[in-house]
Amino acid sequence: MAALAPPAMSQEVKRGGTAFVHMNAEQGVLNPALRASTGVYQITGKFMEPLIDKTYDGYEGVLATEWSASPDGLAITFKLRDGVRWHDGQPFSCDDVAFSAMELWKPLLNYSSTLQANLESVDCPDPLTAVFNYSKPMPLELLVAAMPDLGHPVPKHLYEGTDILKNPHNQAPVGTGPFKFQEYERGQYIIGVRNEDYWRGPEYPYLDRVIWRFIPDKAAAAAALEAGELQESGFIGISMADMDRLGQDPRFDMGSEGFENNVAHSTVEFNLRNPILADLRVRQAIYHALDLDFAIRNIMRGHAKPGRGPVPSVGDANYTDDVQTYAYDVEKAKALLDEAGYPAGANGMRFKLRHRPAPWGEYTQLWGEYFAQAMKEVGIEVELLTNDAPGFLNGVYRDHDFDTANGWHQFRSDPAVSTTVWLRSGAPAGTAWSNQFGYESAEMDKLIDDAAIELDPAKRADLYHQIQQLAMKDLPVIFAIEHPFLGITNKKLMNHHNTPRWDSSSWYDLWLDE
Amino acid sequence: MPPILLFLFRRILQALPVVLLIIVSSFLLIKLAPGDTVDALVGDMGGADPNFVARLRQEYGLDQPVWVQLWRYLVKLSQFDLGWSYVYEQSVTQVLLSRLWVTLLLMVGSLSAAFVFGVALGAFAARRAYSLTDNVISTLGLVFYAMPSFFLSLLMILLFSVKLGWLPVGGIKDIGAFHTGWRLWLDIATHLVMPTLALSLIYLAFYMRLMRTSVLEVMDLDFVRTARAKGASGSRLMFHHIMRNALLPVVTLLGLQFSTMLGGSVVIETIFSLPGLGQLAYTSVVKRDLNTLMGIIFLCSIIVVVVNILTDLIYAWLDPRIEL
Repeated sequence: MAALAPPAMSQEVKRGGTAFVHMNAEQGVLNPALRASTGVYQITGKFMEPLIDKTYDGYEGVLATEWSASPDGLAITFKLRDGVRWHDGQPFSCDDVAFSAMELWKPLLNYSSTLQANLESVDCPDPLTAVFNYSKPMPLELLVAAMPDLGHPVPKHLYEGTDILKNPHNQAPVGTGPFKFQEYERGQYIIGVRNEDYWRGPEYPYLDRVIWRFIPDKAAAAAALEAGELQESGFIGISMADMDRLGQDPRFDMGSEGFENNVAHSTVEFNLRNPILADLRVRQAIYHALDLDFAIRNIMRGHAKPGRGPVPSVGDANYTDDVQTYAYDVEKAKALLDEAGYPAGANGMRFKLRHRPAPWGEYTQLWGEYFAQAMKEVGIEVELLTNDAPGFLNGVYRDHDFDTANGWHQFRSDPAVSTTVWLRSGAPAGTAWSNQFGYESAEMDKLIDDAAIELDPAKRADLYHQIQQLAMKDLPVIFAIEHPFLGITNKKLMNHHNTPRWDSSSWYDLWLDE
Repeated sequence: MPPILLFLFRRILQALPVVLLIIVSSFLLIKLAPGDTVDALVGDMGGADPNFVARLRQEYGLDQPVWVQLWRYLVKLSQFDLGWSYVYEQSVTQVLLSRLWVTLLLMVGSLSAAFVFGVALGAFAARRAYSLTDNVISTLGLVFYAMPSFFLSLLMILLFSVKLGWLPVGGIKDIGAFHTGWRLWLDIATHLVMPTLALSLIYLAFYMRLMRTSVLEVMDLDFVRTARAKGASGSRLMFHHIMRNALLPVVTLLGLQFSTMLGGSVVIETIFSLPGLGQLAYTSVVKRDLNTLMGIIFLCSIIVVVVNILTDLIYAWLDPRIEL
């Protein structure tokens, strides 16, 4: 798993050239201030920059240089970078940040509308200072952690007074980044060209161009990598078999470096409305019946580890591994099922579950099949119901028409951004990635609400540890496997995957050795 | 009115209710699939809160009953407005026009290749029926017919792009090269070699088998014997008497296949990442992009109707006994 370019080789940087990048699916909207999604960042991260980005050492100011909170947590101040210009030449200032926060981030951006629910106004005491005013305390580290994904300003002068959702710049982004948007040919490619006036200095970016190619067929994408027509494919864009094969090829780097910020859990989700699954012993039995080491070796090809609850191990201080665990133990699983009142019938089966595996690619399909096999060993019959994405989302989240389901759940820097919403009761039916289990716990709700406004980082972390412990005890969902995404890169690309959200970052220091 | 105009007028009038029926039934069929555009969008985004989702649904008119949506669609369609694609954020007409030429190039190229080579090989095989040449041609045809198109395509990519490096893996043109003029067309042609070959090889077998049988049948008919007795030369006999008559069933097939080929091009366009209608149809289904999908169905039903009329015209031209 060697993915980083060898740092010992102090090679002379070569300028120029074009990086060709693989994308599986097309993005209609190219505005990270409207659509918080990895597919959008992968492209727009080169054109538009967030206030703050994540590095391996912590956080790095991009369009902001400093940030601080008032003692009561009701005001958060960002100092903005001086001398930054939008691609059309206009200066970047606090007006842009205030406009973006109030008109896009708060009302229109998914996830951000929850994050910024208590945002009341953004003041601009001077052009390079932005003060965010909240009606309830906002923990500084929560806002900072959310900024890399949910903190991209748009130019106010191009958006003000227009229908924001229909603004043409949502397809032709104007940002401050190292590359300027040039062309979007639907179904084929997007071209970004060098920004000659980049604030980091005239030497950046090193590349002349970045071109994203949309290739939906995974086998064809693997062939294009092999033929040298593409230099990078991230987020497991090709099949695991090809990933493994090309990973052995000396021309390529393959690994999970650069995807740490996008770590996901392979889950097993229960529908607690089903009386069988409402019994905790049954859920515990199912956990005990899963051989996670086997699954990690065979499905994830070793690139994963067992999960320890809603926060993954990359969750810094908010993570704890001091939780109840459920070791692989078939006999114990059978005993628990007997105890719960479901003895094996004449054919060795106890009951039947209708299971929906999420259609998010190879991982989730295989994981669903493994689940069905593992359950058979303890006498649970599993019927697999396969759907495409809209069908799955409806079946699970709106109609609750499932007994068990599996998918992956991506962690976004801080548990408050998209993780706790999964365990909080009260989400209306039909809200994707919310509490589909029908899990209701007053204790859990209180912990979540307290953590969301707790300003003391130590107390905050402790609340998230309690949330993890409670989730592992109540088991509305099994966070079975923690797995990062994988990327494959041609070794000609230098400085690749050097930040934890590299594919989404700006690539100002990427260069091509040829 | 000359009979040909009367014929066209009658056929177009007949086609109108057919197209309307296609539109209405496919609209309702698509609505039966679980999930809508907003579900697919939210899935892509990785989640959103309920207010945001409700707002999008209202924006797209998806909060209305199906009948209202259908009525609105038909009203727009009657004004030749195919609507707005929420996935591509462009008007459907714009999306379709930018894709149509790729699919037409691919289909016309593949069909002509399949037709010309299929007919020639079929006639050739029939002349040497039951010989070694006939057996080799027939077996090869069967092999290509039986091979799934995605498999054939991947084999070709592996051989010609990855191993030999002769042809590009996919796409319609070399993006970084910025070719213009004739170099651009040459580039596009290079990119279309493998997809056209892959698509035509499957259909080639049809024409070959049908032509072979048809020629064998016609060869024994009385008028051929008469022509031979009158001293017609071998080639005149073959081209003027046999092939012209043997072509009739093959032309029927050509008309029929134009419509089925659109289905075949979905696979080929996806593998070769060609920005055509087939690939567009596939992604539109996955993303529940109803307007785009309906636009494709509408366009294709019109293409099929036109091709059917053309087939009938060719038919009449080949065999004067058939009246329009």
